[in-house]
Amino acid sequence: MSQTDLEIVVDDPAAPEENSPSVASSGTIEIIACVLLLALAAILGYDNWRTGASWDSTGPEPGYFPFYLSLILGGGSLYGLIAAFLARRGPSETFVTRAQARRVMAVFVPTLLFCLVTQFLGLYVASFLLIAGFMRLVGKIAMWKSLLTAFLFTAIMFVTFDIAFDVIMPKGPLEAAFGY
Amino acid sequence: MEAFGLLLHGFAVLLTWKTLMLMMVGLVLGIFVGVLPGLGGPNGVAILLPLTFTMDPTSAIVMLSCIYWGALFGGAITSILFNIPGEAWSVATTFDGYPMAQQGRAAEALTAAFTSSFIGSLVAVLLITFLAPMISSFALKFGPPEFFAVYLLTFCSFVGLGREAKHKTVISMSLGLLLAGIGMDTVSGQLRMTFGSSELLRGINFLVAVIGLFGISEILLTMEERLALRGHAASISLRVVLGVWKDLPRYWVTLLRSSIIGCWLGITPGGAIAASFMGYNLAKRFAKDPESFGKGRIEGVFAPETAAHASGTSALLPMLALGIPGSGTAAILLGGLMVWGLNPGPLLFVEHKDFVWGLIASMYLGNVVGLVLVLTTVPIFASILRVPFAAVAPMIVVSCAIGAYAIQNAMFDIWLMLGFGIVGYVFKKIGIPLAPFTLALVLGNRAEDAFRLSMIGSGGDLKVFWSNGLVGSITTLAIVLLFWPAIGGLLARIGWTKATKSAGGKNIS
Repeated sequence: MSQTDLEIVVDDPAAPEENSPSVASSGTIEIIACVLLLALAAILGYDNWRTGASWDSTGPEPGYFPFYLSLILGGGSLYGLIAAFLARRGPSETFVTRAQARRVMAVFVPTLLFCLVTQFLGLYVASFLLIAGFMRLVGKIAMWKSLLTAFLFTAIMFVTFDIAFDVIMPKGPLEAAFGY
Repeated sequence: MEAFGLLLHGFAVLLTWKTLMLMMVGLVLGIFVGVLPGLGGPNGVAILLPLTFTMDPTSAIVMLSCIYWGALFGGAITSILFNIPGEAWSVATTFDGYPMAQQGRAAEALTAAFTSSFIGSLVAVLLITFLAPMISSFALKFGPPEFFAVYLLTFCSFVGLGREAKHKTVISMSLGLLLAGIGMDTVSGQLRMTFGSSELLRGINFLVAVIGLFGISEILLTMEERLALRGHAASISLRVVLGVWKDLPRYWVTLLRSSIIGCWLGITPGGAIAASFMGYNLAKRFAKDPESFGKGRIEGVFAPETAAHASGTSALLPMLALGIPGSGTAAILLGGLMVWGLNPGPLLFVEHKDFVWGLIASMYLGNVVGLVLVLTTVPIFASILRVPFAAVAPMIVVSCAIGAYAIQNAMFDIWLMLGFGIVGYVFKKIGIPLAPFTLALVLGNRAEDAFRLSMIGSGGDLKVFWSNGLVGSITTLAIVLLFWPAIGGLLARIGWTKATKSAGGKNIS
């Protein structure tokens, strides 16, 4: 019966220092989000009003329900906007620090590239590149381990989805060369 | 005892090698996603949902509910060994679970957690078995106005009882309802809010949004917080298990109290988190020595785990009986039902008996098998955390993309998922709750249809929502709940302090 002696310690290899400067405050992001939501409410509200947001002989027109919802959304975001502006006078909370933003980008940018590559080369090639690249470049894991893991994972996914469960994924020239 | 006979029939449906295999696979996958940092119940179910698209509904739901059980059990492993709650409702488990692990009683804490999850879910499943058929046969008499009133009640209770700032809940919910309306209007066949885009014609798929909101955004958040785990390894021996089980009867009050709290809060939407804290706080309040909580007391594990799992499970009750999910995961299962061409709601109990009772029976079986499985395999799963996050993160991204694409075979959905990932990340950081959004997105069309059908029936008269005692009281209750904070404040001012205290379960943070 083994217990505490066996400690599992997992540390991030690229652990940066704390107290890195703030990139944006929560208040600012809240204001931006509320402005965007307000704009969305306006666009959707206008579109629904154009579709018809009143009553006709059979009941509410198609735009009726969403039109009033966009009014509610607009009202909520306007309130949020004012509340965020008023709260700005007090001390502001940090939304992300620079080190945090860098880490978030370290995963977001590869994900974005992955989606782009999927569009043109198919999902499996993109997934191989994403896993191998991420492990090697972000995780600083040995090249052979990265390549092997990426290959195995992609192969398992291919067998599970495309072959065993008949769930067809987007494919590119490489799969076409093998006849899939 | 009609329910009992039907349940036996449900077991008969399940007891084939194929279903049992699927069960094991589902449980293992579930524990896996539960243990992985950055994934949890709803994410796991959403990502693995595509696996079940080609199965028949009964096998599919068996596998999914097992994934869900597995994820619930898996969440307890990380809370206790690593002090990372996989879900918001496991937070209370870490209070006493992690100290126990530090004292070298990890095995005991884990056994307690698994056992109490088992008991909590079992009580909830029993409740579902006997209550769900009754509620659904009652709901068969519902017309569109009644259904709209129930939807309204669900939405209003989120706004009125939620712990977040009210306007943020309203934003989240109205956004969800709006996005649900994109695409073809189901009543008139007219296009709405598509802006001429052929991709938006299909509408925004609920599951794609969920995968982005929970899966992708969770990865971004986990990266931001920088993963540094420090935990304890544990293996569970039969002796420890029996030791904990032998002491169980002593804690029956705690277990029963937490089960009841859990079942009650689980049926009201969004209650699982509140349930776990309430279970913990009440156990502490009623204990003879409350100060020993938080220092590694086994009751501190029993109480929140039982409540959380009772509520997580009973959240499926309104989903099955009325078609209204009580939690995020229940909402995803509901999305699954629609993919398989089943129409959630009271008719399910009449038209798809096999399916419903198969599901309920699989909850019993999955729970038992899951308990045995986790107790025996903890060391293997705990070691998953030794896999570097740099390897896990891209794999989760790939799984999310596969899940999003498979739903409608559309590349556009992968981009949509990415967009929702950013939205989810920002919303979580600025405190806009995601649960109302998810619920609104899955229920939006049905709520709108119910509203418009009642309007057509009544000739546009809003009084239809007060036309009889039933619909009138539901609608009134909904409006009372919506303004509950104001009403509660008012009552307190008049001197009804007791009334506000009993409703104060929500103000625990």
